[in-house]
Parts: sequence; structure tokens; C-alpha cells
Amino acid sequence: MSKGESSNMFRTFFSNPTVGRILGVFLLVLVLYGLMVGIEENARSLENHQNIARRIGEWGILTLGAAFVIITGGIDLSIGSVVCLSAVSFGILLENGANPVVAALIVLAGAGLIGLFHGFLITRLNLQPFVVTLCGLFIYRGLAQFLSLIDFKRLLDPALRGTGRILRDSSRDVGVGGRGDLGWFFWLQKGDFLGVPMPMWIFGILALIAAIFLHASVYGRYLFALGHNEQAARYAGVHTNRYKVLAYFLCSLLAGLGGILFLMKINSASPSNAGNWFELYAITGAVLGGTSLRGGEGTIIGILLGTAVLPLLKTLVIFAGIPSDMEFSAIGLALLLGTLADELLRRHSEKARKGA
Amino acid sequence: MTVATSAMEPPVQTPLLEVERISKRYGGAQALSGVGLRLYAGEVVALIGENGAGKSTLMKILGGIVIPDEGEIRIVGQPVRLSSPSQAMDLGISLIHQELNLADNLSVEANLFLGRELTWGGPLGLARGKAMEAKSRELLARVGLNVSPLERLSNLTPGQKQLVEIARSLSMDARVLIMDEPTSSLAQKETDRLLEVIRELRQQGVCVVYISHRLREVEAVADRVVGLRDGKNAGEMTRAQINYAAMVQMMVGREVDLHQRNAADSGASDRGPVLRVEKLRHALSRGEGVSLEVRPGEIVGMAGLVGAGRTEFAETLFGIRPRVSGQVYLEGQLGKIQRPADAIALGMALVPEDRRQHGLILAESIGGNIALPNLDTHQVARLLRFSKIRHTAHQGVTSLRIRTTGIAKPAGQLSGGNQQKVVLYKWLHRQPKLLILDEPTRGVDVGAKKEIYDLMHDLTRKGVGILMISSDLEEILHLSDRVVVMHEHQKTGELTRAQLSEESIMRLATGSQS
Ligand SMILES: Nc1ncnc2c1ncn2[C@@H]1O[C@H](COP(=O)(O)OP(=O)(O)OP(=O)(O)O)[C@@H](O)[C@H]1O
Ligand SMILES: [Mg+2]
Repeated sequence: MSKGESSNMFRTFFSNPTVGRILGVFLLVLVLYGLMVGIEENARSLENHQNIARRIGEWGILTLGAAFVIITGGIDLSIGSVVCLSAVSFGILLENGANPVVAALIVLAGAGLIGLFHGFLITRLNLQPFVVTLCGLFIYRGLAQFLSLIDFKRLLDPALRGTGRILRDSSRDVGVGGRGDLGWFFWLQKGDFLGVPMPMWIFGILALIAAIFLHASVYGRYLFALGHNEQAARYAGVHTNRYKVLAYFLCSLLAGLGGILFLMKINSASPSNAGNWFELYAITGAVLGGTSLRGGEGTIIGILLGTAVLPLLKTLVIFAGIPSDMEFSAIGLALLLGTLADELLRRHSEKARKGA
Repeated sequence: MTVATSAMEPPVQTPLLEVERISKRYGGAQALSGVGLRLYAGEVVALIGENGAGKSTLMKILGGIVIPDEGEIRIVGQPVRLSSPSQAMDLGISLIHQELNLADNLSVEANLFLGRELTWGGPLGLARGKAMEAKSRELLARVGLNVSPLERLSNLTPGQKQLVEIARSLSMDARVLIMDEPTSSLAQKETDRLLEVIRELRQQGVCVVYISHRLREVEAVADRVVGLRDGKNAGEMTRAQINYAAMVQMMVGREVDLHQRNAADSGASDRGPVLRVEKLRHALSRGEGVSLEVRPGEIVGMAGLVGAGRTEFAETLFGIRPRVSGQVYLEGQLGKIQRPADAIALGMALVPEDRRQHGLILAESIGGNIALPNLDTHQVARLLRFSKIRHTAHQGVTSLRIRTTGIAKPAGQLSGGNQQKVVLYKWLHRQPKLLILDEPTRGVDVGAKKEIYDLMHDLTRKGVGILMISSDLEEILHLSDRVVVMHEHQKTGELTRAQLSEESIMRLATGSQS
């Protein structure tokens, strides 16, 4: 390759707005990390690092899904509720003696169906993603609460039938039914390999697959193209609806996986609290990582970095001794400053490019 | 096979593509009624007709984008149903749309291959980046576009994007290649190149359907001309019958002489300039910046190749782009222009090049679009005067003969040329002192072009100064009192009416300083 050509590639690389974004969030992560280990001796422990990595993994899985949807120009607000519904259903299945592998497959299939349903409403009936998934946010949490009301033991066991009411008076936390055959599943959440927590491994592997899918396969191109200019993609012969549905499907499927891991984390899930805010964490991670809410922009490497921001911030808030009542405000403020710095940086690099 | 000769005589083989009694209705508007069309291998068929005649609709039907209400389509004698773009492509029909349909967020290469990428790994669909990049270079060279395949599309000008669209369609190996106004944003040099490519394709047995309002191009390249008027067939011409006047007659049903120009048409006066620009520079400028003057009643043409920086200059002048240095004087007064509102307040108006992105709010009605820059005169105490807005809109529709079912119709549903007229009128209504026109007749039919020219002359007689950017050399030659030529963001020269000629402009436009 000639020198001129490589410098040209260099310029093309930096003129890509997403590259600026990545540099910005990279700096943000560095600063947060530096502050954290600077403030507090304890933050330097291996355990703290593992905790943060575990959380990055858990949320990152959801962020990947959110990013797919956002890249197509859509949004999924139902992620947290799908996490909740999946966790609760998984627990109920386990409590009632289902084989854990079968139970997990059922939960994943259900979550996938939810995604297909969203995709159907959005592409065929032309409803807006925001509205569809906002309704989902309410419906699935309500459904989880309802499921936890049902006394399945009574419903399913002929011997117990008729001995009492099938519906409980109030929803309850769902557990794992004291099962002893969940070793593998617990390992997926609590275990580690080479010192790295398993959720981080899962996230890393999924991110690698997603990177190939988004950046090296034609399907990724289709998602980017249709996110920016759906008509152009359709006119080019791309089956745009198919790929849109795929994005919602993957998003809900990953939320289903998130739900399974959620239950494994503390061996129980509360239908009213499980997965609360998770959709916003996922969307925040994606957006901080340079995924544009206007659609058509985003990179996996950015998402990896973006996902790290919230867990780091949360830990930082704790170590900095900020009262927990102030946690959300502190996070919000830090995010605002982060995006602001990112925007300024991007403008600066754009100016530098135009001036050249 | 003797393709070359079959282009000359009426061929007798089965048509490659045959359309019969096609009708299409959009709400209250009958876009097509009972249209027929036959296309043969190895010929170039020009489809002509006024704005809104139904040309694009007919082609969208062939491209599988619009489904006709009635009629039959046959390919080599076999009836087919074209119900999606990918289906039409599979049958060998490829369509370059009148409006750009590219993904700005992707690279040039990704756009060239969108929907038909070279892949490996079977169902994994992994992109063969290097192979596509190499093929892209070939395709870009073929249309004469000198950009890197890795360049992000948003960094290209509309003209360059148009060339990407053309290169894209060339890569499809289509049997029928439809080009809906491919040259409307191209300059002479790129156009000539395209016509050359079209002739090559004909040699290879491809049927090219060519839609253009630039009838000189049609004369130069078409083997056959098919006319449409009000959604119906309006006759056909063979190679021998094709001439400018006959085509105009076929389209509009009367004679139009675009080139008639009265001495009185030039309102140029010796009064002080209405606009004086001194060394205006923006971020992309090279050299010392652009200086020019426009006197009241004068039309100053601005010529140059695609990407010469004419649009950027106009945008900087109008406060859209940040000015790096230089001064702008209006009627001798230093103008502080930092945003479009400042320019408008000083009596300037800009009709932008990209009507869909910058000229119109597509979902808004015609009336609403026309009212938008005129709201100051269409309100009482900040409340809209609906009757006046309607009145103004009707005035626009009548005076520019905008073909529509009513002023409430969303602008996005008008045919391309009629959209252009709406953009023009919304600024004309302000009666600016200085009017900047960026490709004012892009996609406009002869009849309407004549009306726009007449309008411009009317304005100059009233003392309005006009700065007209145009890639249509004929238009530049015909209308300008003076021509400023640009090349790579620099002014390479200025020609008086006496010095004007195709050659003198081209020489400056390609960068050879005079
Ligand atoms: N999506 C649509 N909805 C409603 N009406 C439409 C739509 N598309 C086209 N039309 C109408 O159909 C008629 C034919 O439009 P068409 O775009 O085919 O014209 P055209 O011959 O290509 O004109 P031009 O030279 O201006 O491009 C016009 O009256 C137009 O308003
Ligand atoms: Mg058209």
C-alpha cells in the first residue's frame, strides 16, 4: 500500500464521527477508573474489579440487544420488564420441578417470541417502537406479577386440587425451589474462569459475535443502512422488515438471558423490582458508546466501553461516600458531564478535520 | 448478434419488456391511465413528459416499488408480477431513482454493493471487503468519480452521490437499466461521460430507459423517444424524427422557445452592486477566497464542475456555513451574516440545491411550505392568517403552474419538478433584493423552465440581483449577464457576456487559469 493511500485511510478513519465518539467514551472510562482507584484503597482489590466486571457483563448483554434496536432507528423500553418476566418464569419453572435446561430454553423461546411480537407490530402494523415497547414495559411486569400470584402446586397437583384458592392474595418473590441441580447455572452467574467472572465472559463472547455480525457481515450493513435511510435500503432490495424484526428478536432474546442470570445472582426475583431500570441502563450504555438514537451509527467497541461507564460510576459513588439517596443524581450529573465532554471533543476533532 | 444495427431500425424481435394498459391512481390523482411501453434489447429509449406526467411512476412500477392498479407487464413474452425491488432486480431490471436513495452513514463501497454484497461463509454472510473495494474502484473509475471507496458517503456532494448511484446500477448487470433524471445534478463533463457509458451499454445489448428534461442529451443519445402527457401515451419518435422542437411539442403540446431573449430582458444597470463579496472563505476554502459582485437587475451565473464548491460558497454567503474570513456587503452596507435569519433580514433568499433535504418539509402541505419563510407577513399578533396563507399558496400554484390536486397536498407527494417549483415560489414570494439560486431548474420541464426564466427576467427588471449556480451549461450561457467560474473551492475566472462560450467556461472549470 502506498503512503498516500494509507494516510488517506487514516483520514477516513478519523473523519468517521463514531471514532471521535469512541475516543470520548474511552477517556471517560479512564477518568472514572482513575478516580475510583485513586480515592479508595479498597477499590484496588481484585474482588472489586471482579464485581465491576460481573456487573458489566450482566448489563452488557442487555446493552448489545438495545444497540441492535437503536441502530435500526428504534428503541426497546421493555428490556427491564422482559428481564423480570424471564427471571420470574424461570424461577416458577424451577420451583415446579422442571429440568433447568428445558426451563431455560422455554424462557429464551418465550423472550424471543416477545421480540418477534414487537417486530411484527412495528413492521406490519406500522406502530411506533417507542409506543409498542412502552406498552410492553407495563404488560410484561404485570404478567410477571400475575404469574407469581398463581399457586402452581395447587393448579398442577390433582391431590391438592380444590384444597384452596389457586390465586394468592399478593405477589411474592420467586425463588429457585431449593434445587440442587443448578450448579452449572450458578456457575454461569457466580463463577469465574481465569479470574474473570462468567457474565463478563458471556458478554465478551456475545460481543465478539455481535462485532462480526455488525461489522463484518452483510446483515450488519443492512441494519446500519435501514437505520439511516430505510427507503434506500428497501429500494436496494434489502428485506428491511425482516432485519428490523431480527433486531427486536435479538434484543428480547438477550433480555431473556439476562433474566436467567438475574435469578441466579440472588436466587430469587421480585416481580415488582427485578430488572427495574435495566432498559435505561442498557440504552445509556449503548448511547454513551456512540450508538446514535437517530439510527445508523454505532460500534461494538464503543458499546463495550459505554457499558463500563455505569458500573464504574455506581462503584465510584459508593467509594466516594456519596449518600445512597443521592446516587441517581450523582450518576445523572456525571453522565451529563460525560456526554458534554464527548460532544466538545467531537466538535474539536471535526474542526481539526475540516481545517486540514 | 448485430446489436448495433438493431438500434437503428425498428426491431422485430420480441420485446425484452412490454407494458400494457398500466394504470395507477393516487387518491384523487390519476398518475397513469392505460399506458403502454415496449422496450427492446440494445436500444436507448428516452421517456419524456412534463413534470407530473407520470414518468417516475411508470418506472417505479417497473422497479417493483409501486404496484399498478391495472395492466400487464411481460418480460420476453412472459407475464410477470413485480411486487418488490428485489424481485425486479432478479428479473434484470435496475432503477436509478430520481431522488438519491443512498445511505449517508455508510461508505461509498457499502453503498455500491448494498443488497448485493460479495460474501463468503455462506449463510454467515461475511463481507468480502477487499474484493468489493477493488471492484468499487473499477466502478468509480468507469463513471469518472475520483473518491476513495472507503469515504463516508455523507462527505460527498449531491453530484458525486449521483455518480455513486450510477456506478451502483452499472454493477448490477441489468438487462433493463432505467435512469430517472440521472444528470440533473451533473455538470457537462460528467454528463458526457455518462452518455458515453450509456452507448457502451447499448453495444452490450442492454436496454437503457433514459428520463431527462435536458432535451439536448436526449437528442444526443436516444434511439427512440416515448412521450407521456397527463398519465397517457403522447406519441413516439424514431431516431430520425427526434429533434428538439418536436420533443417540446410532444411534451407540452405547444411550442416553447427557451432561448428567446429580449434585449429588455437584461435589467442590468450601472447602479452600485446589490451584493459585494470580498474574499469570502469557509473551512474548505483554498487560496484567498471568493470575491464577486452582483448588480441590481443582473444575473450572475456561477459555473463549475460537480464538487467545485459553488454550493458551499452560497451556503457561507447565506450564513449556513461558518465564515472563516471575508466580508459581504449588501447595497454597500457591511452585512453581519451569522445565520440564515440574518441573510433573510437583509433581503437575501437562497433556493437550495437539495430540495428534499433543505428546501421542503416533505410531510407539510404545499401551502405550509410556501408560508414558512413568509410567516412575518402572514400573521397578526403572532397568530396565523390562514386565508392569506391560502391566497399566497394559490398564487404560487397558478403562477408557476404547479401540478397538484390542491394546496393541502403534502409536498412530498408532488412529482420532482413540481416540488422544485414550490421551493422556488416560497422564496420568490418574499421579493428579495438578492436571490441566490442553486440549480433552479433541476428536474424542471421545458415549459416550467421557460416560466422560471420569465420569472427571473421579471425580477431583474424590478432590480433584483440574481446569483445563479447551475450545472446546466446551456442555462448558464443563455441567462447570465456575467459568469463566475469555480474550480476546487477557488474562483478561476470571470467572463463577460461577450467572452461567454462553452469552451471558455469549460477551460476555467477544469482549473486552467486564464
Ligand atoms: N406517493 C404519491 N402520493 C400521491 N400522489 C403521487 C405520489 N407519487 C406521485 N404522485 C402524483 O402522480 C403524478 C405523477 O408523478 P410522477 O412523479 O410520476 O411524475 P414525473 O413525470 O416523474 O414528473 P417529474 O418530471 O416532475 O419528475 C403527479 O401528479 C404526482 O403528484
Ligand atoms: Mg419524475
